[in-house]
Amino acid sequence: MSYVSLYDRDHEIEHHDPDTFLTKYVWSQDHKVIAIQYGGIAILVGVVALVLSILMRLQLGFPNTLAIINPESYYQFVTMHGMIMVVYLLTALFLGGFGNYLIPLMCGARDMVFPFLNMLSVWVYLLSVIILIASFFVPGGATGAGWTLYPPQSLSAGTPGTDLGIILMLVSLGVFIVAATMGGLNYVTTVLQYRCKGMTLMRLPLSVWGIFTATILALLAFPALLVSAIMMILDHSIGTSFFMPAMISAGEQLSYNDGSPILFQHLFWFFGHPEVYIVALPAFGLVSDVLATHARKNIFGYRMMVWAILAIGGLSFIVWAHHMYVSGMNPYFGFFFATTTLIIAVPTALKVYNWVLTLWQGNLHLRTPMLFAIGFIFTFIHGGLTGLFLGNVTIDLPLSDTYFVVAHFHMVMGVSPILVVFASIYHWFPLMSGRMFNETLGKWHFWLTFLGAYAVYLPMHYLGFQGVPRRYFSLGNTDFLPESAHTLNASITVSAIILALAQILFFVNIFMSLRSGKKAKPNCWGATSLEWLTPDTPPKHGNWGHDLPEVHRWAYDYSVPGQEQDFTPQTVPASEVPVGRDHGVEHN
Amino acid sequence: MSETSVSETQALQEGLAGVASDFSSDRQSFHVHWGKAMMWIFLLSDTFIFSSFLIGYMTVRMSAQDPWPLTSEVFALSMGGEPIPLLLIAIMTFILITSSGTMALAVNMGYAKEKKKTFYLMLITAILGASFVGMQVFEWSKLIFDEGVRPWANPMGASQFGAAFFMITGFHGMHVSGGVIYLLVVAFRVKNGFYERRGNDYSIVEICGLYWHFVDLVWVFIFAFFYLW
Repeated sequence: MSYVSLYDRDHEIEHHDPDTFLTKYVWSQDHKVIAIQYGGIAILVGVVALVLSILMRLQLGFPNTLAIINPESYYQFVTMHGMIMVVYLLTALFLGGFGNYLIPLMCGARDMVFPFLNMLSVWVYLLSVIILIASFFVPGGATGAGWTLYPPQSLSAGTPGTDLGIILMLVSLGVFIVAATMGGLNYVTTVLQYRCKGMTLMRLPLSVWGIFTATILALLAFPALLVSAIMMILDHSIGTSFFMPAMISAGEQLSYNDGSPILFQHLFWFFGHPEVYIVALPAFGLVSDVLATHARKNIFGYRMMVWAILAIGGLSFIVWAHHMYVSGMNPYFGFFFATTTLIIAVPTALKVYNWVLTLWQGNLHLRTPMLFAIGFIFTFIHGGLTGLFLGNVTIDLPLSDTYFVVAHFHMVMGVSPILVVFASIYHWFPLMSGRMFNETLGKWHFWLTFLGAYAVYLPMHYLGFQGVPRRYFSLGNTDFLPESAHTLNASITVSAIILALAQILFFVNIFMSLRSGKKAKPNCWGATSLEWLTPDTPPKHGNWGHDLPEVHRWAYDYSVPGQEQDFTPQTVPASEVPVGRDHGVEHN
Repeated sequence: MSETSVSETQALQEGLAGVASDFSSDRQSFHVHWGKAMMWIFLLSDTFIFSSFLIGYMTVRMSAQDPWPLTSEVFALSMGGEPIPLLLIAIMTFILITSSGTMALAVNMGYAKEKKKTFYLMLITAILGASFVGMQVFEWSKLIFDEGVRPWANPMGASQFGAAFFMITGFHGMHVSGGVIYLLVVAFRVKNGFYERRGNDYSIVEICGLYWHFVDLVWVFIFAFFYLW
């Protein structure tokens, strides 16, 4: 049987332009609109999580000053903050937001391969967010089990939200997984099957590589979470004992017996660790493109960058139990997982070196997106180095469940990806909206965010060394802590409030620029990749007008010697400008 | 190194380079219908779901302190006064494997553009699938009503037995039921000429078949790990 690719049938396929308001902006099947819907919902729910974190910090810095924060609500805030930030903000924003917007444009496609499924994905995602937020308002409130939801405590009396909160959390996760799967199938198939002429895999921008690999991780890691959610719902609702051991609660023997709490931890972290890279890999990709564009230099070691992304993606599935050194699992596991964890540092360090070498002797334009991208290199190195401490069993044991861990993962997968989110929003804002943002406000936003993040998380490392435990509502009568630890906590809280308020600058900037920003010129940064080469800015439905683009070179021909322009778009044929560098054999 | 092995190594290198450049060539990596590519990726993801279920089941089986019920006794069916172990499961497995065969014939007829034969073969596949689900209902009700097996407890031993059984076979049964609906939708679209009007492309029958074979394959693993172990 012969199959004719979508590319070759391009002129036969009819493209229906949406004409009503509803089909254009609400029930839209256009990947660009869906991307902005995904991003908008994610950022909105992220603001909720940001407010929750400030409430937590108020309690930690100035104990018992706010009446609405009691131990129960504190644990609910901790749980919801973590879950929202990791899953509903970062995963959704990188894959659903940037993935949706950039994959078809960067591959030279008209849309995703299955636009209808794509539209379903965003609405099911919205449903999962609604279910999640609804759990605040049910009897007993949201679950307070911590974002890891470890049984037995997540199902036992005494933990907030064991009636309905935990069920809504698990159902919401299940619904989110359905949404992520529908979207993810689309992203992977689009990258594999719907690239334009000349766009080989080794000519794809690193953004696409990062999002593509992360989506595969999502498709393979979320199943473990789905299964553990189903098992936990059964344990909670009909009294099975998958995760629940025999327990005595308030003097009464519970009906559970012989379940394996550690099984949940294994399933959860088999999802949870790839999840770290589901967030990190798109950030790696996006930041590479921002750095290369604003440094006017090709990304250093493109081929190795691609292999590093794939290697990290593969390794991320065999490191999960480094989250479980203190769980009581077989100690020999610790040896294996510590080894794989340290091995994963090699491709990661390779990427960092390549980013720095991309900047080396580049023609740096320190605009807002570039500042955020360079800021990312700092915070990521910082968070990565503390990861080497925690990856070793013997060093992890005393540091486990202290603020050192909190500082580590906030630096490496909180602050760092968020800095890339801002870099990418500023970088692609002119393309998405057709208007320029305010550079001065953007720079203020960067410096307050970057320095604010250090003011918040750097001291936490010291608190961790002092032995301050994480997830405690109040430190109470802890003689081993010096008075300065409490002062430090107050200072962190003040910094966190300033950091949170600084984000207002971002929203002001975005909304002001949407209304009255300067009109953006096409390809305003002088970039080479396809998304900037559409006939219209912002691109219209169908992206490319009548003819699909044709690609003749990789995405990083910046400052090719002997050329007038310091960038050569991917569509410029080799007869006009010699191909600076290409990978692989003859293609066409 | 002898001359032949040098040329062999060279041939291997060229071959590998060819594979790599085919895979990373422009436009598409696999020369298949995008729906087929998407189904393969989905099935890969689904494999991880069932693997997690089965690994979870094995773990709780190990952590259970009460003895694990003997599956050959629990799943026995009385025929003429004699209990025959795993009789019903054997019939169910046979039916499901047979349905894979009729599905494969349907795919073949689809590509031969034999609309009518494709329709009937898919219909037979769906009926076989539905009868599988029907027997599963029978099996469940026998366990629940006659033998007193519940997800949280059972008279024969470890409570995780019922929990894992109902969860895993239930999840698989839902896959089969969904597949029956999917098969029927595609079959009737084949019949009324829906795909004829769309470029006479019957790839969807094969895509549907991929899903169906996958569901069968999963059953083989459930059969091996749950019933035979």
